[in-house]
Amino acid sequence: MPAQVIAGREVEVDEEGFMTDPGQWSEEIAAALAGQIEIETLTDDHWKVIRFLREDFEQEGETATLRRVATVGGVSTKDLYTLFPKKPAKKMAYVSGLPKPKGCI
Amino acid sequence: MTTETMGMTTPAFMSDDAGDRKLAIICSKGTLDMAYPGLILANGALENGIETHLFFTFWGLDMVNKKTMKKLTITSAGNTSMRFPGTSISMPQLMAWIPGMTKFQSWMMRKQIRDLEVPNVPDLLQHISDSGGHLWACKMSADMMKLELGDLFDEVEDIINVDAFMAISEGAQVLFI
Repeated sequence: MPAQVIAGREVEVDEEGFMTDPGQWSEEIAAALAGQIEIETLTDDHWKVIRFLREDFEQEGETATLRRVATVGGVSTKDLYTLFPKKPAKKMAYVSGLPKPKGCI
Repeated sequence: MTTETMGMTTPAFMSDDAGDRKLAIICSKGTLDMAYPGLILANGALENGIETHLFFTFWGLDMVNKKTMKKLTITSAGNTSMRFPGTSISMPQLMAWIPGMTKFQSWMMRKQIRDLEVPNVPDLLQHISDSGGHLWACKMSADMMKLELGDLFDEVEDIINVDAFMAISEGAQVLFI
């Protein structure tokens, strides 16, 4: 398992670059990860999504799908595509230090 | 297990982030089991940043017809893949002739889909549209079924002929379902 130094901390990542231990995540790491996917600044709207994903993962044990963030997390699909363009499900999981969602929808 | 530490790298999914991949899915069937594959694939494509078009033709128009889209059905008549849940036993063909059986089987499948937290057809189409997917209806089929744009799901952009579809699907990978 490769490790990367992100925001001054050594974290475990998988082959695709997703963090494998959600416990190693921090808000500073999120900001650094965002930079890797061309999101310059994490706004309050980004943070709302990230916090939902983190809390939902803690409760459900798996990463919420895009649809779940929209219906349960209360951020519309359109907004999610604006906040995390093109590949919203992967991008928001990545920034949140979680595995990419397994569900098809 | 070896551990190597390195500086930050760009995640693998960013490699084709600026790509211009395009997918056109032709939906030609109006049964519940044939509606979902196109919709789920479209959603998956959109989540991967792929420009996606859905073209509804023939019975596929049932998927976007306001009068039918909530009531798509499945029948065990002629469908040997339909088995008693959790078994390998096909439903006897005679069962399909029992009054109300198609309604019951369709209800059952919709429930199974709902239990997986997969949205119903109208909600899934709305989700696809909100994700930037394009919905088109086939002119010849619409004419044949006497349907106009107002009869179709609000997010259907237009009723188009095959010529227009050729222009839209230029350079796209095409799936016929």
